[in-house]
Amino acid sequence: MTPITVRVDGATYADDVEPRTLLVHYLREQLGKVGTVVGCDTSNCGACTVHLDGEAVKSCTVLAVQADGCEVTTIEGVASGGDLHPVQKAFNEMHGLQCGYCTPGMIMASIDLLEDNPDPSDDEVREGIEGNLCRCTGYQNIVRAVRHAAAEMRGGADGHVVPAQVDTAAAPHVVGQA
Amino acid sequence: MTAVEERTGTPGPDKEIGKARRRKEDARLITGRTTWTDNMVLPGMLHLAVVRSPVAHARITNVDVTAAREAPGVVAVFTGRDLADEQGSLPCAWPVTPDMVNPGHPSIAVDQVNHVGEAVAVIVARSKAAAQDAVELADIDYEPLPVVLDMEQAVAEGADLVHDHLESNTSYHFVFDAGETGTGGDTEQAFSGADVVVSRRFVQQRLIPAFMEPRSAVVQPQGDNYTLWSSTQIPHILRVMAAMVTGIPEHKLRVIAPDVGGGFGGKLQVNPEEILCLLIARRLGKPVKWTETRSESLMTAHHGRDQIQYVDVAADREGNILGLRVRLLADMGAYLRLITPGVPALGAFMYPGIYKFPAYRFECDGVFTNKVPTDAYRGAGRPEATFAIERIMDELAVELGMDPLELRRKNWIDAAEFPFTTVAGLAYDSGDYETATQQALELLGYDELREEQRRRRESNDPVQLGIGISTFTEMCGLAPSRVLGSLAFGAGGWESASIRMLPTGKVEVVTGSTPHGQGHETAWSQLVADSLGVPFEDVEVLHGDTAISSRGLDTYGSRSLVVGGSAVVKAADKVIAKARRIAAHLLEASEDDLEFSGGKFSVRGTPGTGLGIQEIALAIFAAHDYPEGIEPSIDAEATFDPENFSFPHGTHLCAMEVDTETGFVKIRKYASVDDVGTIVNPLIVEGQVHGGLAQGIAQALYEEAIYDDDGNLTTGTFVDYLVPAASDLPHFDTGNTVHAAPGNPIGAKGVGEAGCIASTPAVVNAALDAVRHLGVQDIRMPLTPERVWRAIHQGGDGGDRAPARSNAQAVDSSDAPSTSGGAL
Ligand code: FES
Ligand code: FES
Repeated sequence: MTPITVRVDGATYADDVEPRTLLVHYLREQLGKVGTVVGCDTSNCGACTVHLDGEAVKSCTVLAVQADGCEVTTIEGVASGGDLHPVQKAFNEMHGLQCGYCTPGMIMASIDLLEDNPDPSDDEVREGIEGNLCRCTGYQNIVRAVRHAAAEMRGGADGHVVPAQVDTAAAPHVVGQA
Repeated sequence: MTAVEERTGTPGPDKEIGKARRRKEDARLITGRTTWTDNMVLPGMLHLAVVRSPVAHARITNVDVTAAREAPGVVAVFTGRDLADEQGSLPCAWPVTPDMVNPGHPSIAVDQVNHVGEAVAVIVARSKAAAQDAVELADIDYEPLPVVLDMEQAVAEGADLVHDHLESNTSYHFVFDAGETGTGGDTEQAFSGADVVVSRRFVQQRLIPAFMEPRSAVVQPQGDNYTLWSSTQIPHILRVMAAMVTGIPEHKLRVIAPDVGGGFGGKLQVNPEEILCLLIARRLGKPVKWTETRSESLMTAHHGRDQIQYVDVAADREGNILGLRVRLLADMGAYLRLITPGVPALGAFMYPGIYKFPAYRFECDGVFTNKVPTDAYRGAGRPEATFAIERIMDELAVELGMDPLELRRKNWIDAAEFPFTTVAGLAYDSGDYETATQQALELLGYDELREEQRRRRESNDPVQLGIGISTFTEMCGLAPSRVLGSLAFGAGGWESASIRMLPTGKVEVVTGSTPHGQGHETAWSQLVADSLGVPFEDVEVLHGDTAISSRGLDTYGSRSLVVGGSAVVKAADKVIAKARRIAAHLLEASEDDLEFSGGKFSVRGTPGTGLGIQEIALAIFAAHDYPEGIEPSIDAEATFDPENFSFPHGTHLCAMEVDTETGFVKIRKYASVDDVGTIVNPLIVEGQVHGGLAQGIAQALYEEAIYDDDGNLTTGTFVDYLVPAASDLPHFDTGNTVHAAPGNPIGAKGVGEAGCIASTPAVVNAALDAVRHLGVQDIRMPLTPERVWRAIHQGGDGGDRAPARSNAQAVDSSDAPSTSGGAL
């Protein structure tokens, strides 16, 4: 057992872990941070993505001992106070999730992407999140959500989207139908 | 376009039905406050890890688990022998023919293993890590048996047997003959008089549902009661089946499907591990948990598709179709799971597609191999059928020198002909194929792309362009119970709902249709808000727990809204009817003089009077003043059993670039116009179409479960089994026409499977359209660059990716034998 001290979502934890314990298992099983999930055993799916000292990592590729002295943010810690993160809001707004299993990882990867590139094109979003698999959505609404959040975070004119416009953006083919 | 049908009591501009409501369920999913089964922690809970067979076919000669038993943290180890007397057989609910052979399906192997990954022992330990460590210590000896992998070899004379106590590897022979059923003419006659007959052999490769949440089960025993949490699509069916398999009385077993991370048919199953969890929790009297790894999931959760299709179409020179003949070999895998044999049989009714075939015959052999069983995967039988018909229509068009769209137009059912009874005996409900096609052509920019195709062809551009068409329909909204009965399906197809009016006027809706990502909570709230005239926010939808929602048949076959949503609407109608009597009493009016609108009863012609249904809920809770002779409650329950399937349809168009030098294919544009009947929530409908398209395109371009010639799955991780990422998929341009389904009160047709069913042939047709002038007649799915390159430069269909004949794909489609004369 190795002692580690980690700050996770704003709280400090001092624990003994087996050296082989993966960060994702430490988060889920020792800290009860079950918002972060496991989708594979080959580091392909990205479902386990968290931020380690501000950078997105697949927490199944990091040992818990490597996080010693670090700051970890999970999906449970991205909302500030009662306010959802703009990316969380955008996933809801643009229907960027169905079963929601990939969503924590998708959101964490997207936040990281937007830090590097505040105004990504569709293709840049698609490439930026290609380490995260989603089986439900076909990705199109995830791309919309990330770009919508980007606009909101830039605070530009297109960041303020009235609901009717969002309806049009989210479901363009439906306007006037019903 | 037809307007959405008006529901009684729901007029007004502010109707919920049709609104792009953001989903209620998202709040917990975007914040990580979810209840996945693997999140469960119970006091004293033990963890299971399964020891699995590394060989595809062998007798178990010795099992030594002594070392595993002594490993630190290990509480118990169970072998097949330990559980043999109580494990029963996993159920197969769909005996498609009376003489279907079912070898039985143990949850854990006792004497023999029949596919790689089959359970041979279970470790029970204090932690998951301890259980997994001990898996390595189990020592099992196997005496190898010949491995049966190739369906065409498996049905040949003298073939090695998967189950040596059976006579052959054939489970069943299912026949549908329209001539014999009286829904069509004589097929042989139709073919013998035809000018043109086109025969093809198509391979539906084996796919893996690959839901993102791995399967997981937790069992808590309490005295002689058991609670099973499972990542399942079917808590209700699982409860009945698990009770029958384990002998736990049904009323002592509660099944809960908490948040479930996708299913796509892959969680429409009674899994060996669910049964093992129950058996072991019963033995030990302790809560247990099992969660699979992704590798276990890909290797042992059921697969989908895996059929070889021999298709013949007959036509006259003018392009009038005369007959269709289909012969299938369908890989069952080593065992029959819940609806394994029914998947190809369900497809039988869809091969004629949207066309007016005068004659049709379908035959299918279910074949055992030493692979994991196949079962439902998004579309289940219908994608295979749609692929076959939409591919062969293109082949026929080439043979006749006709435009593929013209050939379709000439033969499809016209809008004025609905309802239309097909040669397969189905009564298609409503639609307009021409309008959907026109809209799709516009969405795609068809004429411009055809022009570009011509230019690229003339200039011999290394990148060629093709356009693929798929004009599809499907049967869904499963299903009319009597029809299911006539198909020997083991259950009905009704769905149940109840509505509880709480004293404060809030509404609880209990549905038997269990969601796993579809958005039932939102859509059902919209339905109830319209029906009862209560705010959307005042409705809570409960599901997935057999103690709360006691009756239900769960979610598959695009049935939720069509059947389950209709039950909700029927229950709401009953609530209104019950409330009406009380309203009449309290308003001192005759029931006939009351009208109900916007959630309020008012006396006709007396403006200002009125009583809200939410107020009535409080009044009847107090129950101080209500009419004689009725019960003090306005709660209601309803069960809806549709009289017919519903038939979504649409036109999907794919424009595809093929790099003839590298074999790379790239979808340039994808446009689809679907008619799924009334749209309750356009956001959800669009999302379902996108997700379906992604999976259908993935079959065409990326995914294939491959076995080596020893029967090992070589695509056992996400490194090798290529679930597409965002960068692998194009933008989709989607649209809708709306023809309400006449068979249910909502007018919905079902949308969950449409995109997946329609897209695969559109993509393959597009690739072929791009390179057909180079002599390419077929390319095997998935269209890997290597296959495409080989098809262009070496002829044939691109060949097999698997070594030897493990995937039964040696024959080239273009020299397929005709299916007549029993050549198979
Ligand atoms: S669980 Fe970490 S990448 Fe899949
Ligand atoms: S929403 Fe289900 S996997 Fe992405």
